[in-house]
Amino acid sequence: MLLNQFLLLGAVLFGTGVYGVLTRRHTVLVLMSIELMLAAVNINLVAFGAFSGSVAGQVFALFVLTIAAAEVGVGLAIVLLIFRNLHSSDLDDVDVLKG
Amino acid sequence: MWFLENAWLVPLVPAVSFAVILLVGKRLPKQGSEVGVAAVGASFVLACGAALQWIQRVADAEGADAEGGHALARVIGALGRSVGRLGAEEAHGAVVEPVTRHTTWFQNGGVELGVGIQIDGLAVMMMFVVTLISLLVHVYSTEYMRGDRRFTHYYAALSLFTASMLTLVVADNTLQLLVGWELVGLCSFMLIGHWWEEKPNSDAALKAFLTTRTGDIGLLTGVIMTYFVVERATGEGSFSILAVNEAATSGEVGHTLLFWTAAALLLGIIGKSGQFPLHTWLPDAMAGPTPVSALIHAATMVVAGVYLGARVYPVFWEGFSIDDGGVNLMAAVGGITVIIGAALAFVQDDVKKVLAYSTISQLGYMVMGLGVGAWTAAVFHLFTHAFFKANLFLGAGSVSHSGSHHSFDMKKDMGGLRTVMPTTYRTFLIGTLALAGIFPLAGFWSKDEILLGAGENGYELFLVVGLVGAFMTAAYMTRCVYYVFFGEYRGGDHAHADPSHAAGDEVVEHHLAEAQDRHEDDRLPVATAHAHDDGHHGAPHESPGLITVPLVVLSVFSVFAGFLNATAFDIEKFQEWVEPTVAFVPVEHHAFDWTKAVISVAIALLGIGASYAYYWLGLGPQRLAERNAVARAGKRFLVEKYYLDHLYTDVVVGFVKAPLARAAYWFNQHVIDNVLNYTGRGARALGRVTYDYVDQKGVDGVVNGIGLTTGEAGGAVRTIQTGRLQFYAFLLVAAVVVFAALLWVAG
Repeated sequence: MLLNQFLLLGAVLFGTGVYGVLTRRHTVLVLMSIELMLAAVNINLVAFGAFSGSVAGQVFALFVLTIAAAEVGVGLAIVLLIFRNLHSSDLDDVDVLKG
Repeated sequence: MWFLENAWLVPLVPAVSFAVILLVGKRLPKQGSEVGVAAVGASFVLACGAALQWIQRVADAEGADAEGGHALARVIGALGRSVGRLGAEEAHGAVVEPVTRHTTWFQNGGVELGVGIQIDGLAVMMMFVVTLISLLVHVYSTEYMRGDRRFTHYYAALSLFTASMLTLVVADNTLQLLVGWELVGLCSFMLIGHWWEEKPNSDAALKAFLTTRTGDIGLLTGVIMTYFVVERATGEGSFSILAVNEAATSGEVGHTLLFWTAAALLLGIIGKSGQFPLHTWLPDAMAGPTPVSALIHAATMVVAGVYLGARVYPVFWEGFSIDDGGVNLMAAVGGITVIIGAALAFVQDDVKKVLAYSTISQLGYMVMGLGVGAWTAAVFHLFTHAFFKANLFLGAGSVSHSGSHHSFDMKKDMGGLRTVMPTTYRTFLIGTLALAGIFPLAGFWSKDEILLGAGENGYELFLVVGLVGAFMTAAYMTRCVYYVFFGEYRGGDHAHADPSHAAGDEVVEHHLAEAQDRHEDDRLPVATAHAHDDGHHGAPHESPGLITVPLVVLSVFSVFAGFLNATAFDIEKFQEWVEPTVAFVPVEHHAFDWTKAVISVAIALLGIGASYAYYWLGLGPQRLAERNAVARAGKRFLVEKYYLDHLYTDVVVGFVKAPLARAAYWFNQHVIDNVLNYTGRGARALGRVTYDYVDQKGVDGVVNGIGLTTGEAGGAVRTIQTGRLQFYAFLLVAAVVVFAALLWVAG
């Protein structure tokens, strides 16, 4: 088994995630793209872990999954509040930090 | 041995209780009094345990010694019974080491200062007395102080008072003793001034504090000198009481040093134990609540001085050459105090003040006893006096609580109370007889031994003083009993609360406290409070059990405590248990002398008889002071308390105050003002320069520069802040890519 295949898959997933984050207007889709990036990271971790014969990579992956779940929880709550306040889930409408 | 080795718990428990009462006392169902009573009760149990173990220790030591003596006797058995008796006599002088524990408090410049306990017979005896009296006072106060506005604080202070006295008692070094001593002074200040809203009360507290402070100067000097006494004897200084006593008895220390050390310590005793001429604070200390007076007079405050004298007795013994007989400073101070205190007790209308002057007089006996070399007798008198004086004070409190509407004026508000307050009457009578030294009550045994010691040790003058004092004691106490318990009840009309009268202060306060209790309104005017009070109290009645039970306990002790050292019946337990056997001086003990005992009792009876004839039968020159100019002058002299207060406040303080004030004014006008003026001008010039150059040019320039730079930079960076999230994300990713590229190139 080649490590490269997994790394490639991870890179593709990550690239998809970055593209989604940068281009999508809908907040939920942006969140989902972030999840994709995290999944890519997980694949990398597990792959490297298996390659080097240690379980550390898988343990890290488990932690990342846990954190991701919590992050989505918080993220969706924020999305909900944004929608309630602005009656929109378009990220371009959220620009109160404009300098 | 557990109780002896852990005697440090005895002061610690009330000290902890003080903190607990202060912190949570107000939230407890009985406002903290239960904590105080429980803590002092625990202390009392610990002290009793220590006492029993000490007695056991003495018995063990004597048993071991007697065995040794008997072995010796068996070896030389042929010599017959006389040697056996010799062995027995040696057994009597068995050495009982005190139990000491010590820990370092801090070290400074090679000098180690420690805290510790030195438990011997004297300390054990004092622990017992202090905890017992304090326990009874705690119990008594739950009723007497009920509804007081500072009930919780009262109990906190009472706990601290007990703890401080016990700290002083168990101290193994003079420095720790000094700490306990000062704490005792502080607590008595708080408690005497408990009702501080009335000016006379806070004045009395201040007077007590400052007067004893005057003596404390001597004590502090003396304590420092004890350090050098030890250094002179052993080459290394120490505050340890044992070391001080050993040094004093070693003969290595010069007499002059010992004399001045003893004189300095004596000044401390004079201040604390109310000896002439610093006794003036003691009667004023009656401004405090009555249970506090009992505590101060019987167990915690004034006997601290006598205790100090007994504790470092070898210093006095050598310093004043007590063994030589004749007259010495200590005996003289005590002797004078016996007489002047007793004389003043005759002209008092306030029953508490009679008792206060009586305490002064009795303390005089103790100091005199120490001064004439009758150590055991003096300490024994301290022991017995604690019981009957606490008894009398609590009895007076009981009378005022239930019989005379919180007044202490026995001429105006008392009289004829013996039928309505039978328990109080009987216990008071027992206390009176014990104080007067009537056979076989407690006071007889101790007073008689002091007189015996004075006579046998070559202090005949003080024997006479003591006998005169005994006559006066019996007479003024009989007068007091007459006014309080006999004749017609005079407290019927309530137009009495004369605020100008000394006793009136407590009256008003107490009324207020009670009024507050009932109406929960502390802004209640005094007059209204009085009106309510009349309806509330009605006729005099016997006090409740919380008050009478302590009285009964104390009167039992007043009767029987003397039998611990009833030398007439060959009982010398007190001497055996209490007298130190280590680092002590050869005090002499004398066989009981029936002739002297009969004479002293006869004199006391004569005193009672004289008073009886004068007050009951109306014999003798009644109202002499109104008819005879000399008698009037004499009485006035007594009423004005020998003009000592005038001497102190007007003459001494006046002479010091006025020149001091003038000097201070001159110094203020000429020196301080000039300094201030020049400093001011200099500061102004400096300020001008600073403003012109430093502030305007330097500081302002920097500040403006920073502001400007920040503004410009902000304006430049502002354009990046689009507020669009995805733009930020783009920057983030771009930065990551750039860094990754850099790493790749570098790698």
